[in-house]
Amino acid sequence: MKTNLYNYILELADNCLIAGQRLGELCGHGPNLETDIACTNISLDLFGQTRGYFQYAAELKGEDKTEDDIAFLRIEREYKNVLLVEQPNRDFAYTIARQYLFDVYHLLLLEKLQFSQDMTLSAIAKKSIKEVSYHVRFTGDWVKRLGDGTEISHEKMQNAIDGLWTYTNELFEVTEDAKIMAEEGIGVDVSVLKDVYYEKVTALLQEATLTVPASKYFQKGGKSGIHTEHMGYILADMQYMQRAYPNMKW
Amino acid sequence: MEKNWPLWEIFVRSKNGLEHRHFGSLHAADAEMALENARDVYTRRSEGVSIWVVESKDITASNPENNGELFEPAHDKVYRHPTFYTLPDEIKHM
Repeated sequence: MKTNLYNYILELADNCLIAGQRLGELCGHGPNLETDIACTNISLDLFGQTRGYFQYAAELKGEDKTEDDIAFLRIEREYKNVLLVEQPNRDFAYTIARQYLFDVYHLLLLEKLQFSQDMTLSAIAKKSIKEVSYHVRFTGDWVKRLGDGTEISHEKMQNAIDGLWTYTNELFEVTEDAKIMAEEGIGVDVSVLKDVYYEKVTALLQEATLTVPASKYFQKGGKSGIHTEHMGYILADMQYMQRAYPNMKW
Repeated sequence: MEKNWPLWEIFVRSKNGLEHRHFGSLHAADAEMALENARDVYTRRSEGVSIWVVESKDITASNPENNGELFEPAHDKVYRHPTFYTLPDEIKHM
């Protein structure tokens, strides 16, 4: 099996999976009907992308593995998502800020990944770009609305940005697998996206009358499987059905 | 601040060449948000290629109480319908 490629696919897919799972938690609990549907739509887009990646990974893995095995039957240390996407929905501002900080990165990544030498990854990226362009528009709009809204909405959005900022730098960490994939023209060297990412985010935060955090202390670990305390709860929720009723299907 | 967002009427064009049709209504803080909400609420199953949003308060509606004077006089004027012509068979969908 092409282990580097397999691991790299999981890196890409787990971000979508866990971000989608977090948004999916809001299904039926959004601030109002319209926003609830919007968040759930984004969640479904992300799950769709995840399936594309996992089906490919399952094919590489062989051993009769399916996309479901990869999604539901790994242990916490085997998930490679960044810490940012597993952060909880403390309030609507947190949900939007988390998703926005991920979306900007996600779009930059896909814009490069569409030129991958790997046909499957390139195809998934091309399909996802349209979806993610909308995600960043939706969440970016809400960051502006809340930031430049009322005193309370401004305060909540600023808190969310301050709280999540420490997880942004990890997006640009290059793992050993990703490095090899980038050298082969299959993966993307995400470290080169860093400057343009912070430029874009800074410009939007300023437009939203928010303060860009000055902190230079950043958390990392997700990409190598060292997660925050929230990850176990997500997996317990997500994996319950497959663990309790193995091979159960809808 | 208004606690509730205003109501918007949503018009969606299903295909190029067809007219926009009223699909329903939703709440949004402004026109831009109304468009995004409409996209998510009404076109998530590929129902449309174009969306119009109009704030409900900007629509002037006829009063149902006036239905008598507005519409009933037309009931006995069958000659206003183009039903007195014989249409050639070749013309379909009239």
